Amino acid sequence: MTSANPTAAGRYPAGSAAFPHRDLTGLAGLAPWEILFLLDEAEQWVELNRLPHKRVDRLAGLTIINAFFENSTRTLLSFEIAGKRLGADVVNMHAAQSSVKKGETLIDTAMTLNAMRADAIVIRHASSGAVQLIADKVDCPVLNAGDGQHEHPTQGLLDALTIRRAKGDFGKLTVTICGDILHSRVARSNIHCLTTLGADVRVCAPPALMPAGIEAMKVTPFHDFDAALDGADVVMMLRLQQERMSGQFIPSPREYRHLYGLTLERLAKAKPDALIMHPGPMNRGVEIDSTVADLAGRSAITTQVEMGVAIRMACLDVLTRKGRGVEGWS
Amino acid sequence: MSTAAPITLINGRLVLPTGEPQSGALRCAEGRIAALGDIAPLDGDTVIDAKGKLIAPGLVDLGVFAIDKPAFHFGGITRAALMPDQGVVLDKRSAVRFSAQSGKPDLWVHPLAAATKDLAGTELAELALMRDAGAKAVSTGRRWIGDSGVMHRLLSYCAMLGLVVVTHAEDAGLTGSAVATAGEMATRLGLPSAPAEAEALAVARDIALAELTGARLHFRQVTTAAALGLVRAAKARGVAVTAGVTPAHALLSDVAVGDFRTFTRLSPPLRAERDRQAVLAALGDGTIDVISSGHDPRGPEDKRLPFADAEPGMAGAETLLPLTLGLVRDGVIDTARAFALLAGNPAALLGVNAGVLAVGAEADIAVIDPDKPWIVDSDKMAAAAGNTPFDKQGVQGRALVLLKGGTVIA
Repeated sequence: MTSANPTAAGRYPAGSAAFPHRDLTGLAGLAPWEILFLLDEAEQWVELNRLPHKRVDRLAGLTIINAFFENSTRTLLSFEIAGKRLGADVVNMHAAQSSVKKGETLIDTAMTLNAMRADAIVIRHASSGAVQLIADKVDCPVLNAGDGQHEHPTQGLLDALTIRRAKGDFGKLTVTICGDILHSRVARSNIHCLTTLGADVRVCAPPALMPAGIEAMKVTPFHDFDAALDGADVVMMLRLQQERMSGQFIPSPREYRHLYGLTLERLAKAKPDALIMHPGPMNRGVEIDSTVADLAGRSAITTQVEMGVAIRMACLDVLTRKGRGVEGWS
Repeated sequence: MSTAAPITLINGRLVLPTGEPQSGALRCAEGRIAALGDIAPLDGDTVIDAKGKLIAPGLVDLGVFAIDKPAFHFGGITRAALMPDQGVVLDKRSAVRFSAQSGKPDLWVHPLAAATKDLAGTELAELALMRDAGAKAVSTGRRWIGDSGVMHRLLSYCAMLGLVVVTHAEDAGLTGSAVATAGEMATRLGLPSAPAEAEALAVARDIALAELTGARLHFRQVTTAAALGLVRAAKARGVAVTAGVTPAHALLSDVAVGDFRTFTRLSPPLRAERDRQAVLAALGDGTIDVISSGHDPRGPEDKRLPFADAEPGMAGAETLLPLTLGLVRDGVIDTARAFALLAGNPAALLGVNAGVLAVGAEADIAVIDPDKPWIVDSDKMAAAAGNTPFDKQGVQGRALVLLKGGTVIA
């Protein structure tokens, strides 16, 4: 099933040159064809995942460790399902954040996982750069499942796959990302991914939640949500953490909704067929109204979850090819 | 050291307070500089041939966090002013007296008294008692004093005692838990960041209070264009304010943080390139008075961590001299000003009779080859830890001989 997508021919080099990286720690710096290669690879898994029998043996015998140093339900589950559907032995390590926060423990934990001869390690950690730190110490491929406020590359990829399947060519698209841009690794990975693929990206947040120098990432910043929505093809809402809208950054949830909540009325500013996205979990009635989140034919929120499994399967497959001795991936 | 035999350094180039280095010799007797210039050794002197290299004052490092003799001696440092942020905070005379002795016999340690009890920024420490126990100045430590009332009282009290107040200039409310300067790099990396203006806010308040009280105020590090502008203007008005910096903020911008390298996690954090350029300009025009190492050796327990979880600080003692001499080679400053920044000015701030080549000054002398090339290597440093942001960089300049109080110590 490798390179099953006939349209893929000629878009990227053959063999490992299509994705010449041991790890996936971020989408920053990836070439457009490297991203497209992963998206194309994921298509076959979208198809498989829709069949009654969803398991292949491509990664049979391999051990994948999901090391999550930060709480997660959906991302952990998605990676676990992805590994299992590829036939790998998947082990979840849910390290309590408190016991591993300080000292050498993080490196020690990484060395321990390495000594157990994992074939791939998936890591989530609350500190930006922590995944790179671990990747530098281990001998197997490392996948970043979210590091602090830095990157969440598989989320960026699954969002791109969702958009591509609904909208086609990125070069003609305007994507509006609205919410807590400052603290969001999802926003950063999406910005890297979508700008690399040629989309026009707008980011929208109140000043306190807009990071300095964001223009340098080739996006257009907005504070006025209505203006940011004008003519958008895709509207991606980000989750706002409760503690940040209770006086710290925003006076109250209802004030946030007043300025930045995606209501049906606001949605009308975007293109009539604009795609509605949210990485979840949602604060319904705050950043997004239920009527919008559940809008049939427009909301891609559950599709995003579906694409997540396929993207993670593609990433696990591609990154373990060298270790499995796949031809052309030495 | 007064029992040391007289030593005459010959065939050197003397680094005098002004002008280019001049060929000559320097004689030390009874711990002090007895003569210098076109002189010859006297009978019985130990003679050291400087072989055409620089004869300069030993470096006076204002604001180090650890007593790390091998690193100081490597770097030509004969005096180190110790920050009060120690395991036992230097907020009592016993701690001050102990640390003032801790460098003997081959390093001067000048303790900086903690401005407030436990450096908490709320209650004044026993500053007069600590002064009389050997504290050479007062310091707010790693942090700024957030309470303007406390800072006002501190400055007025220190004005009376004749003690310089060495302060850290970052508005704590604005910096919060930031580990980087707000801007493109922090945004790309997703690091908690604060606007560079946090420094100017702190500097503006403290200058106003120094002007009000007549206190002598020294900003240990000024790293932004805005804050340097405030210092420049205050000096022009005649305010008794001085400013320091480390080579890191003159030579590195926040681009160096790029791969989450914790050796570049500093306090204050590395700044934007335009601020770095402003530091160079301020070194050139006299706005900055002191270059210090900020020496703060940190092992893997503190540094081999995710960037935001790592402790700030760098091992800077070994690189202070060569990096400053690099500024001379680059035409930013001349040799005389380099040693004013490294020795003369900090000695004057601390009120010690050293830091210049002058008859009667304490004979803390470094013979320096300003051109000798070497490579900074974090694995092979003399310091207690190798956390240098200049790892693997080529530099020029080494201390060859070091005298403290007229005695050869390295």
